[in-house]
Amino acid sequence: MNAKVPDIHISQAQFQPEPDSTSGQALAEIAPAEPSAVRKYLLSLGSSANTDRAFAWLMLLCGLSIFAIVALIAFELVVRSQLSLHKFGLGFFYQVFTDPDTHMQTFWDPVNSYFGARPFIYGTLVSSFLALLMAIPLAVGLAIFLTEMCPKALRGPLAFITELLAAIPSVIYGLWAVFVLVPLLREHVNPLLIKTLGWTGFFDDTNPTGLGYLSAGVILAIMILPIISSLTREVMTAVPHSQREAVLALGATRWEMIRMGVLRNARIGIVGAIILGLGRALGETMAVAMVIGATPEIHRSLLANGSSMATVIANEYAEAISDIHLSALTEIGLALFVVTIIVNALAQVLIWAVTRGTPAQTR
Amino acid sequence: MSSDAFQFRSRMRSFTDRLVTALAILATLIVIAPLVAIFVYLLYMGTSSLNLDFFIKTPVPVGETGGGMANAILGSGILLGVASVIGVPIGIGAGIFLAEFGRGGKLALAIRFTADVLNGVPSIVMGLAAYALIVAPKIPFLPFTGHFSAFSGGVALGFMMIPTVCRTTEEMLLMVPHAVREAALGLGVPNWRSVLSITVKTASPGIITGCMLAFARVAGETAPLIFTVLGNQFWSTNLNQPIAALPLQIYVYAMSPYDDWHRLAWAGSLVLIVLIVLAVSLVRYVTSRGVLKGAS
Repeated sequence: MNAKVPDIHISQAQFQPEPDSTSGQALAEIAPAEPSAVRKYLLSLGSSANTDRAFAWLMLLCGLSIFAIVALIAFELVVRSQLSLHKFGLGFFYQVFTDPDTHMQTFWDPVNSYFGARPFIYGTLVSSFLALLMAIPLAVGLAIFLTEMCPKALRGPLAFITELLAAIPSVIYGLWAVFVLVPLLREHVNPLLIKTLGWTGFFDDTNPTGLGYLSAGVILAIMILPIISSLTREVMTAVPHSQREAVLALGATRWEMIRMGVLRNARIGIVGAIILGLGRALGETMAVAMVIGATPEIHRSLLANGSSMATVIANEYAEAISDIHLSALTEIGLALFVVTIIVNALAQVLIWAVTRGTPAQTR
Repeated sequence: MSSDAFQFRSRMRSFTDRLVTALAILATLIVIAPLVAIFVYLLYMGTSSLNLDFFIKTPVPVGETGGGMANAILGSGILLGVASVIGVPIGIGAGIFLAEFGRGGKLALAIRFTADVLNGVPSIVMGLAAYALIVAPKIPFLPFTGHFSAFSGGVALGFMMIPTVCRTTEEMLLMVPHAVREAALGLGVPNWRSVLSITVKTASPGIITGCMLAFARVAGETAPLIFTVLGNQFWSTNLNQPIAALPLQIYVYAMSPYDDWHRLAWAGSLVLIVLIVLAVSLVRYVTSRGVLKGAS
């Protein structure tokens, strides 16, 4: 035992660049002449100071690469959309063209080089808004059920099922929507909507295909449900138990406890979860592309064909006919990028405001 | 009188309570319904059109029956390979930085925030960036640039993996007890070695599941592939050429007017979903068993 203690001291002294010579020598006299196997191995490795520094730098580089990727995306998109940015300016997002020959109004006509993003912005907003309208009550209801009411035995499987919903690729949602959801809406839901709510003007009987804003909204709602619900659940579990107990102790029923004790404390985080869901809905491409109808027009009727920002890129980019067409599509992509960055950043800040300070939740 | 009003209020309150409970259960059922519908329909359509040909044959021209998606399965494998080579090391490295070197610092906070935001960037924008970076410019002496290629799609998918891998790696590393690090450093092990062979190794089951989660997420991505890998009807293993990919093929076939292709799309979806569900279940299983069994 005694022989080992100075042994370690010496090996440390040798690792240091400027060892204290006197104490090192004094200790060396006590140490046995033959170094132990462990010490030999450590000595053979040499100083690790440089390797350590290199490793730390390498890891820092990996971390910084995330900034680099965001910067790279922004840079490339700005460079590639220069043509359209210069030609149309800000008017790109709202202007309407009138064809000199036919006097028809048009927003988007690649053949004649008319490019305006208004119908796509409209389509994205309408389909996302419809999706949120349907998804928010369901997602919050599911989260309330899972965190506050559900028997423990059911909680795990139900949470797993909603997780699975989030893992299904969007192209499969699209496939299902094309062959199951759209026929269902076309045969049963749309006629009902036209009959009862046709007078509002939002449900016109002009589109027999069943594709359109409403179909896109429904499939989007199904897709963003699990995201909103799992984040809402996370925020609600972050509310301390003392809040619930305090409200219950005042004689509240369970719903009053949830409303006053949980939802009120978690409301900022729930708004964050909803905004995150909105971010997903804005950028969702494939499923929407398969059911929205892909026509660059604006209709008041929710049953009419439309197009969205992500959809038009997916549909036209590979077959774009001119540089200005590519550039205009890239500008739509740039707008989408900026909007989703802002929306996601806002959502993260709101969610952090609630979950900060609580230990990591097991999802 | 006041007792009457009190009783009425009390009854109303318990009624509201029961109503809300019923509504919450209803919401849960409505959420689960589409999932069940999707899975049942997928199983029904998929199994009826899935056969051995699907796994060993390439697509046939329109009009002929039969054919499979063997080249698309291979193509997806290659794309995911390229994506993992790019995404996994960088993601794990960034996660190690966040958990081991930058803990509590402003830089780490900024990186974490950016990673979360990057996670929410639409996949189609990633595809645009990969197109602008690799497909569009023809840079002399640089391979893969100037045309549609498998490599460009792999890069887009790899970029999408980085934030997920980074964040799960960080979360898993934070769960490793400090005593483990201190024990390693106390033995005189250099820091880099302590991080790689002790901390990361302890958390490795969790990190691997995180990688698989990212893998499952990008396996089904279609949007970034449309104008980077473009699709291919034939066998191709060349990173420099357009390549087939399973989700892309499903999309093309689903939008086609041919019944035979629709059946292939369903079969392809079934294969894809089985792979993804397997990955997610594995993740669930490993995390529920306690990721860091060896450490504690």
